[in-house]
Amino acid sequence: MSTSPYMLPEKARHQDAPSHGLSINDMFPTAIPHSAGATTAVLQPLTAKMKTEHVNFYYGKFQALHDISLEFASNKVTALIGPSGCGKSTFLRTLNRINETLRDTRLEGSITLDGENILDKDVTEIRRRIGMVFQRPNPFPKSIYDNIIYGPKINGMLKGKNAAEIVEKSLRRAALWDEAKDKLHESAYALSGGQQQRLCIARALAVDPEMLLLDEPCSALDPIATAKIEDLLVGLKSQCTIVIVTHNMQQAARVADTTGFFLLGRLIEHAKTDIIFKNPSKKETEDYITGRFG
Amino acid sequence: MATPAAVVRPTRTLRKPLISGDELAKAFTFFFAALIIVVTFALVWQLWIGSSPAKEKFGFRFLTSSLWNPVTDEYGALPFIYGTLLTSFLALLISVPLGVGAAIYLSELASPRLSNTLTFLVELLAAVPSVIFGLIAIFSLVPLMRDYIEPALQNAFGSTPLFSGPAFGVGYLTAGMILAVMTFPFIISVSREALMAVPREQREAALALGATKWESTWQIVLPFAKLGILGSVFLGLARALGETMAVTMVIGNDPAIHASLLAPGYTIAAVIANEFTEASGKMYSSALVELGLVLFALTMLINGVAQLMIVLTTKKGSAKA
Ligand SMILES: Nc1ncnc2c1ncn2[C@@H]1O[C@H](COP(=O)(O)OP(=O)(O)OP(=O)(O)O)[C@@H](O)[C@H]1O
Ligand SMILES: [Mg+2]
Repeated sequence: MSTSPYMLPEKARHQDAPSHGLSINDMFPTAIPHSAGATTAVLQPLTAKMKTEHVNFYYGKFQALHDISLEFASNKVTALIGPSGCGKSTFLRTLNRINETLRDTRLEGSITLDGENILDKDVTEIRRRIGMVFQRPNPFPKSIYDNIIYGPKINGMLKGKNAAEIVEKSLRRAALWDEAKDKLHESAYALSGGQQQRLCIARALAVDPEMLLLDEPCSALDPIATAKIEDLLVGLKSQCTIVIVTHNMQQAARVADTTGFFLLGRLIEHAKTDIIFKNPSKKETEDYITGRFG
Repeated sequence: MATPAAVVRPTRTLRKPLISGDELAKAFTFFFAALIIVVTFALVWQLWIGSSPAKEKFGFRFLTSSLWNPVTDEYGALPFIYGTLLTSFLALLISVPLGVGAAIYLSELASPRLSNTLTFLVELLAAVPSVIFGLIAIFSLVPLMRDYIEPALQNAFGSTPLFSGPAFGVGYLTAGMILAVMTFPFIISVSREALMAVPREQREAALALGATKWESTWQIVLPFAKLGILGSVFLGLARALGETMAVTMVIGNDPAIHASLLAPGYTIAAVIANEFTEASGKMYSSALVELGLVLFALTMLINGVAQLMIVLTTKKGSAKA
């Protein structure tokens, strides 16, 4: 559990901070009492829901991640950006240990969830607590209802609970209820792409995850469907910690509280989103941002 | 075809070419497609004509009678239909669970290298001529069945009619087992393809929800691939129904219906192969041709049911084709 002590704003200036390992509390200097007289009692320090330390990841002999240390603040949205092939997906997929299902891979370093190393815990329990949404919508070839109920069923969460209630609640949280309520028992493939992606979000939410990992969830969607999902994510923050990989920098700017910039398997910089986009401390970040925006 | 057309084109600039390349190709391919249908119809026609003496004499009784007596010229197909269906069913009963299980191992658990090597070997098995299977069956499976497996089955289930009677070594069960070995490669390799075609995202979606590897394979991957697996089963069935040589060598050649799986029997393909050369009388050979017609109809029927099942399961909103 990382509840690092407050730092003075000057010290928190990202320019002085190490490229990674920057504590999330350093990023939100507004939470810091400026004058002696200010009331600070209501301001809670940010806690890190998840923390990675010195993570290296290898596909066979190829090292895809180099020494990544990053904190994900509770109930915030963290965006991961960077050019194609820089390791964003790889990093995201180490966080729920789905990458270890690939052959011949190796992870070094530690990843903690609420202070506990996820590598020591039961992997199915970890994956239940950390939901994942993939780049392309991937509903099961089942009905909408059965798609949502699958997670609760295998995790033994249906005992004494009304399955229909879980389905409705999950669909509402994913802002799909109104569109889907009349066709719950129809095939999930009858939905549009954007609806399918929200169904996948609903399916992930049905097991009450504490974190939600999304890998370019909108890259196959049109702007309207994208906007719906972005709104949805901002609304979900109060209930879970969100990490989103995106190629779309406006999207990061719209939804993310903090943004991490990856390059060639390294985390170059992680800071508040507006700082990354307006005043990045690293030359590489600036080049990437400005390169994209001309 | 195109080249001469191109060469002569300058002299034809004022006229449309008599026939364009596209039209020619269309006509050509249509011809081949039509040929398939013509050949099939010719086949049915021949079977129909050749069997008409038997059809006229026995009528519908041919299908329901279990009398097969060349001496009195009385013929009934039931023992052969029964033997064909029973041996095929036994074969699938053994080879479907084994084959699908092996396919799951090869696609989900084995390393790609091992999987490819084993699949290569399994596909080699499919290329072995069936007479070889028959020989192996006669020299090793039949004694094994007679001396060990059938007595053991009788000890365990001897009180039921299914395993009653003496252990000959040849019979329905032995034929079913050799057919199982012969259908096995088809079921494995087609099911494996179907399983490997399941997108990785499907497995990962299940795993990411907290499913175990087993749950994801059993509840997500297998249902996703069920059409392909069903296809492999029907492919195996088609092979089992029509398989002649190996079955002929171990079925026991008894044109009667027995409740016991250990008893000798006969299949349609086996009786045709065995008796056609000695079928002297007109009625005798006509009855054998009618058996051929029945086998043809049986395979058509089963294929039709298969197609229907596939259409129905696709409609019910499962994996898009
Ligand atoms: N299964 C794999 N086996 C081997 N190498 C891989 C595998 N997946 C990714 N890589 C390599 O790891 C590096 C990082 O890939 P990753 O998919 O994490 O990048 P990314 O930042 O998500 O890119 P994109 O924006 O294109 O999705 C790349 O060099 C890629 O080639
Ligand atoms: Mg990626």
